[in-house]
Order: sequence, then C-alpha cells, then structure tokens
Amino acid sequence: MKPLATAFCIVVVGLLLMLVMKVGAIEAPVKVPTRAAIETDIDASISRVNGWLRQHWSDENLEPAERADDLTVYRRLSLALHGTIPSLEEITAFQSDSSNDRIDRWLMKLLDDPRFSDYFSDRLARVLTGTEEGQFVIFRRDRLRAWLSDQLQADVPWQQMTTELIAGDGLWTSRPATNFITAASIDDEGIDVNVLAGRTARAFLGQRIDCAQCHDHPFDSWTQSDFEGLAAYFAQARVTAGGVTDRLQEEDEETKKVSAIEYRIVDPGADEGRVVPTKVPFHEEWMPDTGSRRQQLAAWVTHPENRRFERAIANRMWGLMFGRAWSDPVDDIAHPQDDTEPEDLLDVLGQEFRSNGGRLKFLIRLIAQSDVFRMKSDVSWADADLYDRMDETWAVYPLVRLRPEQMIGAMFQAGHTRTVNHNSNMFVRFTKFFNENDFLKEYGDATDDELLQQSGTIPQALLRMNGQFTREFTQTGAFAAAGQILQFSGEDKVVVQNCFLACLTRLPAEEEREFFVAQLRQRKTESEATVETAEETEEELRSRAQIIQDLYWMLFNSPGFSWNR
Amino acid sequence: MQNTAQQGIDRRRALGVIAASGLSFALPAMSAKAASRRSNERPKSLITLWMNGGMSQLETWDPHPGSDSGGETQSIKTSQPGLAISDFLPQMAEHMHGVTLIRSLTSLEGDHARGAAYVKTGYRLEPTLVYPALGAIAAHQLPDPKVEIPQHVSLGGDDGFPRGGYLGNEWDAFRVFEPGRSVTNLKANVSDSRLGKRTAGLDFLAKQFSSSRPTAAKNTLHEDTVERALKMMSSEQLKAFELDSVPKEVLSAYGDSRFGRGCLVARRLVEVGVRSIEVSLNGFDTHVNNHDGQKTQADILDPAFATLLTELREHDLLESTIVLCISEFGRTQRVNAAGGRDHWPNWFSCVAAGGGFREGLVIGETPAALAPPNSKQKPKPSDPIKIPELYATIMHAMGIDWNQEIITPIGRPIRFADADPVPRLLTDKLAAGITS
Repeated sequence: MKPLATAFCIVVVGLLLMLVMKVGAIEAPVKVPTRAAIETDIDASISRVNGWLRQHWSDENLEPAERADDLTVYRRLSLALHGTIPSLEEITAFQSDSSNDRIDRWLMKLLDDPRFSDYFSDRLARVLTGTEEGQFVIFRRDRLRAWLSDQLQADVPWQQMTTELIAGDGLWTSRPATNFITAASIDDEGIDVNVLAGRTARAFLGQRIDCAQCHDHPFDSWTQSDFEGLAAYFAQARVTAGGVTDRLQEEDEETKKVSAIEYRIVDPGADEGRVVPTKVPFHEEWMPDTGSRRQQLAAWVTHPENRRFERAIANRMWGLMFGRAWSDPVDDIAHPQDDTEPEDLLDVLGQEFRSNGGRLKFLIRLIAQSDVFRMKSDVSWADADLYDRMDETWAVYPLVRLRPEQMIGAMFQAGHTRTVNHNSNMFVRFTKFFNENDFLKEYGDATDDELLQQSGTIPQALLRMNGQFTREFTQTGAFAAAGQILQFSGEDKVVVQNCFLACLTRLPAEEEREFFVAQLRQRKTESEATVETAEETEEELRSRAQIIQDLYWMLFNSPGFSWNR
Repeated sequence: MQNTAQQGIDRRRALGVIAASGLSFALPAMSAKAASRRSNERPKSLITLWMNGGMSQLETWDPHPGSDSGGETQSIKTSQPGLAISDFLPQMAEHMHGVTLIRSLTSLEGDHARGAAYVKTGYRLEPTLVYPALGAIAAHQLPDPKVEIPQHVSLGGDDGFPRGGYLGNEWDAFRVFEPGRSVTNLKANVSDSRLGKRTAGLDFLAKQFSSSRPTAAKNTLHEDTVERALKMMSSEQLKAFELDSVPKEVLSAYGDSRFGRGCLVARRLVEVGVRSIEVSLNGFDTHVNNHDGQKTQADILDPAFATLLTELREHDLLESTIVLCISEFGRTQRVNAAGGRDHWPNWFSCVAAGGGFREGLVIGETPAALAPPNSKQKPKPSDPIKIPELYATIMHAMGIDWNQEIITPIGRPIRFADADPVPRLLTDKLAAGITS
C-alpha cells in the first residue's frame, strides 16, 4: 500500500474510532433530584424577577396569560435545554411523579443531563465563533465545544469562561478556549482583529459595533475610533506553533529590524499606516494597569460594575430559552447612556446572576422559573389587538418557530418511544447523527444569528410533508414509535392519546380525541366490510397501520409541532 | 382571526385554483409565434452559471499562450473578430460575437466562502446582516403570480446556495440537487385519497391551534406555507423540472452531465416564467494539476453553455433572459509547484449574454507578464469592473431599481446594489434609461 493510502486509512480508522468511542460512552442515567437536593436560595431571586414582571404588566394595564400545565412547560424545557421534545418514556415517568414541585425538580434533572451541556455548548460555540468553517488545523470547533460542554457541566462562572476565551494562551487543542482567537484567523494574513472586536462586543457586551469598523455607528454612541481602539487589544495576539500567545515585539522579515508591535491602520490613499492605541469606549477606570492587552480587555469586559456584561448574557440566555430575546436582536441591546438609567428586566436578571456566582445554570433556572416561562401561549378569548399587546410585553408565552436542529431533534425523538440519549444503543445514535446532518443540509441550518425570527419556507414544508425523515419516522414497524404505540396501546383512544404525547407532548383535547378515534373506527368498519370474518386480518392491521402513519404525519405537520408554544 | 380559521388547507381548492388559472405557460415549449408575441412583454429572467471553486480565466476566457502566465493552454479564434479564447471552449467560440465578455472583473475576497458570498450578493460578508443574492432580489422584485413553482431555483448546487438574506428565507433558492433526475420532496408518498385524508386532519389540527391564539398563529404563516406547498405539488408547471419527454439529441447536445441537464432545466424554467435560476458546476478549485482540471470542467461547460444560448435564441427567449457565467474569483498567473493555480481575486472573467447586454463586446485587458514575487504593488487589469457595478447593470437591464434602499431587519437602509450601472455594457436603449 502506498504511504499516502496508508496514512489515509489510519486517519479514517482513527476518526471512526473516535466517533465510536464518543457515541459508545455509556453514562449513568440522570436521576430526578429530591427537593432537599435543590438549592432554595434561588427563591428570593425568582421573586425579584417576577416582582419586576408583575409591575411591568401592571404598568401596561395588562393581565398576564394563565399558567400553562406542567407537560407544556416540560416540552419547552426539553426543547430549550436538549434541543428535542421529551420521549414517551420520559413523559410516562414525569406523569407518574405527582408532587407539586415536579417541574422544578425535572428542570434540575434536565440541567444535569449531558444532553444539556452538549446542546448548549453548540449554541455558545456559534455565538463565539459563528458558523464559518474557519482555518483548517488551527481552528478546532470540536475542541471548543467539548471545552464549553465541560465548563457548563461543571457550572464554571461565566466571568471565568469569558476571561479564558478572550485572554487564554496556548494550543487550540490543549487550551480549547483559544479557538475563540484562532477562529478569526485568515489564511496568510494572521488574526483579523476586526472580527475579534466585533465578536467580543456582540458576545460579551450585547452590542453590535461591526458597522463602526468603517464609520461611526448611525444610531448609537459607538464611533469608528472606539471600534479601532477595541480591535487594538487583539493586535499583539499571534498564532504560533506553540499556540496562541501575545508578543510585544516582532522582527521585520525584510529589514530584520525589531520593533514594538502596534496596531496600524492604513487609511485609503495613505502611504504609511497610523498607530492606533488601545481604547475602550467607556469607563477606562475599570481597565487594570497590568497584564497583556487581552488580559486587560478581559478584566474590563467582566468588571463587576460593567452592566453590559451581565445584561448581554441575561439577554442571550433568555433568547435561547424562549427562542426570542427579551431585547431583540439579541446582541444589539440599547446602549445605556449613563449608569443611572432605570433598571429593566435584564438588569434584574443580570444582578441576580452575578451576585449568585455568575453561573449559567442559575441564570437558566431563574428564567425557566419566571412567570413568563410558565404562562400559556393561548387564551380563551379572541381580541387580536389585546393578544398583540400581550405578545409585545411578554404577558403571554411567545410562539416561536423551532430552530432547524430542534425540528430534527423533535422528529427523531417522536419516532422513538425510548429516550434517545447517551445511553441509547450505538445504532440509534449513529442514525441520529447522520439524520441530523442530512436534515440540516436540506432544511437549511440557521445562520450565525440563530435567534433571528424567520417564517417557514415552502421547501421546508415540502420536506416535512414528503421528505425521507417523515417517511422514516412515521413507519409502523416493530422498532418505530408509531408501530409500538399501535401494538401496545390497546384501546383506540389510548392509541390516539399516545401519538399526541409522543409528538406534541400533550393530551388530545376531547374533540381531537373524538375526531381521530372516529377515523380509526371508520377504517375498521371499512375493512370489516371487505372481509368475511370478524378476526383482525392482515389487511385490517395494515389499514390501522396506515391510519397511525397518517396521524403521525398530521401531527408532524401541524403548527403545534413546528412551533414552541 | 376568523379568516385564518376559514382559510384552511384544502387541496381540492388548490387544484381548482390551478385549473382556473388557465396556465398560460403550459408546457411543452410555446410556439415560436407565441414566444415572439410575448418577447417584449415578459419580465426578464436571469440564469447564472456558477463555476464553483474558482474558474481559471487563463484556461477559459482570457488565455495568454506563450507568456509566463499562460501555461500550456492554447487559444482559438472566435466568431468575434479579433477575439481569441481558450481552445477548451470550441463551441462557445462560435457564440462570442453575441455576448459581452468582461476580463477585468475584480473582487475583494480570496477565500471560497467569503468570495462566493461577495460575488453572489455584491456585498462583503458581514456578521450581523445576511445580504440577498442577486437572484433573490430579482425574484423578490419581479414576482409573477402565474408561477406556482419557486421563482428562485438552484440546480446542482450544494453548500453556499443563493440565499434570500434580509429579504427573508422565503427567497432562498429552491434547491434541486440532481436536475432532470428528481425533484426532491415534491411528490406525496401516499395516494391522492390518503393525502386528502391527511390534509383534512391537518386542517382540523391547525384550526384547533389557531383558534386560541389570535393573530400569533396567523403570523406564523404555517397554514399559508403548507397550502402553497400543496399547490406546488399539484402544479403542471413542475413538468419544467422533468426531462423524460425531451428528445435524446437535445439532451446530448447539452452534454451528458449534471450541469448540462441543469442548463436544460433552466431553459425550461425560464419558459414557465421562473425569475432566476442558478446552475452550478463544481470542480474548479485546481490547486493541483490546473491544466487538466480546468479542461475537465470546460469540457462540461462548453456544450451546455453553447446549447443553452442556441436554444434560448431559437425559442426567442434570449432577449428576455440574461445568462451570466461567473465564478467566486479567478486563478493565479503563476503555476505552483504542484502544477496548480491558486486563488486570484485581483481579476477574473465573466460572460454575460442576452437580456440587453451588448453583443461582441470585450471589456478589460489583463497583464500576461508575471508580477514580481513579493511585490507590494499589486498588478491591475485595465478598465476594471466591480461586482456591485455588474449587478447594478443586471438589475437595470431587468427593470429593477438598483438604487432602491431597503430598511433591513437591523434598521440599516441598504441599497440593492452598492454601485451604479455601467452603461457601456448595455444596448443603447437600455443604457439611455440609466438615471442615478
């Protein structure tokens, strides 16, 4: 075998082994924590958040929507934290828990599940590095995701993670946070400091200053000089064989002259570049005197008095939990003109988050236990104007379209009665991996801003109606959810009920149950008319199988499936 | 609210609508007489032949044989006096008197993803705003209510397909991965009778959902999208995607390739009234063995492009269709150690035909001599044309206000094209109509 072919084989086998090891890792099932195991110090924080919300609705002269049932909230939590809906297996276990605080304890269970850290690490990686492939070798998205997942699982404070991302040194493999820096690397040109300045402002301060790269921000107080000054903090970062590091001096390749590294910008028409000093747009007094430029910037960004830092992460987490940010777009939060401006919800969330250790799981719980997350998205009246006002002021749970990865996650789970997780058999997990990739390719993955509100498209509707995924997941074979529901549910009304639970995580309304049970009975009658015995014949079974396939198809294509509600 | 609930999803109604519409663009191709009657009336369409990976200008439209940069490629005379192109394109050589050739197109991006984003939209990639592709703008600005199938189509493309950007993802190109072979997801997996039962049940569920959510459910456009998808599934116009009835000799004239079939489908889609179609040909990223790699692709491009122009002319559709052959960038003057050419955004070539572009026009000259290594002065072509200028020109030719500002979702007003049209690329009549 030629050396190249041998090397290729080794790489392929290695990759397969890595995948198998990753896929094959069995972990202990996550248990539902007892009440005693849950920290209760969050209760005061939740009261403050809800107090602000209630005052907000009172000021708007609005009565918020009623409280949603636990199953609905469970579905929202599962979609937000795991990117999928609960399995029939999980729903059955949840329903058998009759305690009053079950939803709060199951929230903790969902956060402890490795599916949470895996799923959320992907969300954060997109925020930090976008969706571009980046430079081969020096950008390792897989390492960054794994690192983020570990940090989330260990509940490392966000301030600490931010510092490591902005100021970390080392190899992109052994110090994966440095991928934040290497992701901005351009072939033959080194690190693009403008990309890093823009991402830092968006990810950690919730402010879009990218346009200030070329001109002053048209609506905000950011100037071009602010942008350049921020970019200068990354100007000494270099990608070397030893990894990311900061250099104070550099030797010119041609002249061999050693000089201090400065950030230079060559303006159009100018021969020489001008030196741009480091500069932050506000509160220079937060900037420490020591440390590398990146360390200084990290300290300034995470400074305890920097409201923008905690408001940014509060808005981001709110957005990921609801699918819609409190302040939309998620990374373009109004810039406080001065620090005495009255507090809004983001300040309340941010302060509770920071004063409780800056841990993301705490912030997620705070949002998931707020009144808004527990409200219904539907009402019992038909005043469209009132509904719109409630929607604008978060007095009703917002309808938000499932993101592409949630859509395939939900379809895949609905096609299995058992929970698809780290403990599923290897075949199921392989299938999920490849299904997800294929689906995202056809459905269209989200862009960098995955919280951008978009309506569904015709090709997406066609994929849901006629695509291979719908075909596969509505099968009624022995290993498919629809087949198992049909085989083991018994009575027609239980069959319909289980289909609704598996696909929509809710029980059918009475009229829905009657509608679909009637279809099942009608088909039975039709079949009986064509056969001479009353026994269930093969033909009749197929007919019932078709009805369940059709019901699954209807549920997959219904708005209640495609929308978080 | 009640209207939404009453709208419902009714396939029979959709079929009724289709029957009532009269299908003025019914296939097979309209007669030459009918076409001539409509030629001046019909809004223009755009076919983009996307040479994915970076087509080498030196092996196609702008050869420099015998020079340091020329490599092994030879040139041949064309139907346009004084113009020679690569000998890899003998069929296209016969069409050069009827097209505009730009040899001095310039880009700002030498990376595939960034380059493709720039050349497809006319704007550089930005982290906070996705710009619409030229084809999406055309479909958005020139809608045709008679067309039931997507107005913006990508044939044979993969990643990096043209997007709707800030206009909305409903303007994303409808993707057909294997043109002429199968149109994914457009056929129901069940009989009409079962589909009827399914849609009735879906209608019931949708009404349940929307009845308790005033306006919000309507704003999801869920029912509307499903209804339009069902209408599309039963449209006669879908036949434009199928090549079963096309004579073998026509198929073989386009070349027996995915790209050739894509060009043929593109012509059929234009007949139906589809506004913009992109046909992709992959494989131009020849960092190794450039000469043979580019020849392989040119062998596929040549018969397909030439036959497409011939057929459009024969069907009297060339006046109302712009055909643009373009790539994300060109390839270096210098041949590297592996016999390849690398990325070169400094200048590259494109061909624009039909739709009001001048015939037999050649724009720009490029240096044949190699630039000195490590030179800080980058060599330049004469008479450079920027991508936004080309797109403003195409928009003007199609009757789109290139200067129009759209308030984007992030509140920034953005012009459709970030430059003014170039009058000398267009016929006198069209050029006279340019006002900035």
